[in-house]
Amino acid sequence: MAIQAKELTKDYQFGFSDIDVSVFRTAKGLSPEVVASISQHKSEPEWMLKFRLKALDHFRKRPMPTWGADLSGLDFENIYYYVKPVEEMSRSWDDVPDSIKQTFDRLGIPQAERQFLAGVSAQYDSEVVYHSIREDLEKQGVLFSDCDTGLREHEELFRKYFGTVIPPNDNKFAALNSAVWSGGSFVYVPKGVKVDIPLQAYFRINSDNMGQFERTLIIADEGSSVHYIEGCTAPNYSSDSLHSAVVELVAHKGAKIRYTTIQNWSDNVYNLVTKRAIANENATVEWIDGNLGSKVTMKYPSVYLMGEGAHAEVMSAAFAGNGQHQDAGSKAIHVAPNTTSNIVSRSISKGTGRTSYRGHIKVLPKAHNVKVSVRCDALLLDEESRSDTYPYMDIDNPDVTIGHEASVSKVGEDQIFYLTSRGITEQDATALIVNGFFEPFVKELPMEYAVELNRLLALSMEGAIG
Amino acid sequence: MSQTVLSISGLRATVEGKEILKGVDLQVAQGEIHALMGPNGSGKSTLAYTLMGHPKYVVTGGSVTFGGEDLLPLTADARARLGLFLCFQYPTAIPGVSTVNFLRAALRAQGKEMPAREFLNRLSTEMKELKIDESFRSRYINDGFSGGEKKRMEILQLAMLRPKLAILDETDSGLDVDALRTVADGVMRLCGPDMGVLVITHYPRILEHLHPDRVHVLHDGRVVTSGGADLARQIEREGYEPILGTAVAATA
Repeated sequence: MAIQAKELTKDYQFGFSDIDVSVFRTAKGLSPEVVASISQHKSEPEWMLKFRLKALDHFRKRPMPTWGADLSGLDFENIYYYVKPVEEMSRSWDDVPDSIKQTFDRLGIPQAERQFLAGVSAQYDSEVVYHSIREDLEKQGVLFSDCDTGLREHEELFRKYFGTVIPPNDNKFAALNSAVWSGGSFVYVPKGVKVDIPLQAYFRINSDNMGQFERTLIIADEGSSVHYIEGCTAPNYSSDSLHSAVVELVAHKGAKIRYTTIQNWSDNVYNLVTKRAIANENATVEWIDGNLGSKVTMKYPSVYLMGEGAHAEVMSAAFAGNGQHQDAGSKAIHVAPNTTSNIVSRSISKGTGRTSYRGHIKVLPKAHNVKVSVRCDALLLDEESRSDTYPYMDIDNPDVTIGHEASVSKVGEDQIFYLTSRGITEQDATALIVNGFFEPFVKELPMEYAVELNRLLALSMEGAIG
Repeated sequence: MSQTVLSISGLRATVEGKEILKGVDLQVAQGEIHALMGPNGSGKSTLAYTLMGHPKYVVTGGSVTFGGEDLLPLTADARARLGLFLCFQYPTAIPGVSTVNFLRAALRAQGKEMPAREFLNRLSTEMKELKIDESFRSRYINDGFSGGEKKRMEILQLAMLRPKLAILDETDSGLDVDALRTVADGVMRLCGPDMGVLVITHYPRILEHLHPDRVHVLHDGRVVTSGGADLARQIEREGYEPILGTAVAATA
């Protein structure tokens, strides 16, 4: 108790770690035995075990990608691929172990948010320990659970979509996730149902050398709509960690999915995530994607516009401080005619931080009357910081309207002077400018996230001025 | 005799290695309105920036006290917190930072924070006085504002922050007759025993609204002559040449 009290009085840094309460974990490293033991521990059906083993095979055959960020510090053999923290899935808050509650308290959940949250799905290590669904959502037939439960309780529906948007052989890290995935969210919204409150999930890494491989699958049936929010904070650890998630979205005819993420992994985490959506006829998919933490992030939320009239919206923000590389961007693949995409990216680099915008726009031959707009703006806070833009476009149809704008700017001496001449300190002035630069992103966030993001940015700016 | 709020003595300053201020002497008493005039290139704006503490302006000699404190070792934000304010000739846009958020941050920094309702009421009143549309509350500060809108926004900040001394750096430039009157009326409403003004201009027009107690002429980095409101009228009639001619002759 004394130790815990002492722990609690520590100032909030970006990370904090609780006493490890894991009850089961696989051996370090990756092998068919490890994969089989994960599947067995979850009592999965045979087809899932085969899926996992095949994915492991793909993972081993694929070379490390070298076209993006530096991944040479990753050691796949020095990672736990599965850790299960508590025996049973908890539905009631009372059942959640105290040490885990304390961690959530520090994250500000659920007290601050539960009154207006539809359901809190908090991932602690590899397993979801707390998960509540509001009764009216259940009445509407909305399924919202962790992915393991989705597989167990709705196997037919789950199997119909799982791995169809991002097949295991898509890329090396999608293959890795497919082999060892655990947790994440499963959401199904029936035809015509509009979920008017965001569904939220918190994810955390909480075990040294613990990889986190959650898998999220969201299906919005015809004419439905849903907003899913995933927020991350992670404790600091001295050795490298890996987070490699796969997120698959399917928006059926006329459906709308908005997916909001703010990742704040501690600065030793490799965050290598594959996120992709399919937008059918007249469907809309919106990715709101914020990257503040991690050592290296490679993440390019994508939308495949498969049906006529489909629309994609990607709004991303990245902050790279000392030693961080945020390699982020977006892809829009226009397969059908009369489809539109709008991509907005804002990035800030500080100190030795580096941001890259990597975008891919593809317009297939049959996709007439496509409209694309890409805008990426980068802000450099000092001489050392760096930003690069890699926009790729493959346009195979002449009937297309494409707008692309990019800018790189520095925080101006005159802007700082103007703000300081009003009594604001140089550090606060920089934070104001930084927050202002992210404003188009922040205003897309629910209030409590906007507040949290601004607070995190202010913390990131501490010591920004030499 | 009221107390001296700003005392400049032998101030020398360089910009990018070039000496612009070559020994400025100037005293402003609490609550007085002073005008600093002079032709283009005489160093007027340099003096404004140097007093406010722009890092590009390097002081190479002399001293400045403000409210009895040594101003020169302080950073710009510390000078502002002492009660010094600069109305910029070219205010800078800060995209993404709304007028409301900016003003609240400034008031908080100066220890002048007030309850939200009081703040919004005061803001509303001041905006009406300055004929600034309500929509400017949520607009990003100076972002896409016209020249006149920027100047009015400067006076709005002045009205909200209530400094001890406001330096107006060519606030009249680029304003039409009506906007000039609005801005000048705003300044006159604010100045009094608690707030003095140092108006920098090379047109006497604004001075007809502001009625300065003292007028100084800056030339080649020095105050070459000072006088009452008559001096401004003389400059309007005859230009700078007769004054500078005699001043230069007198110092030669």
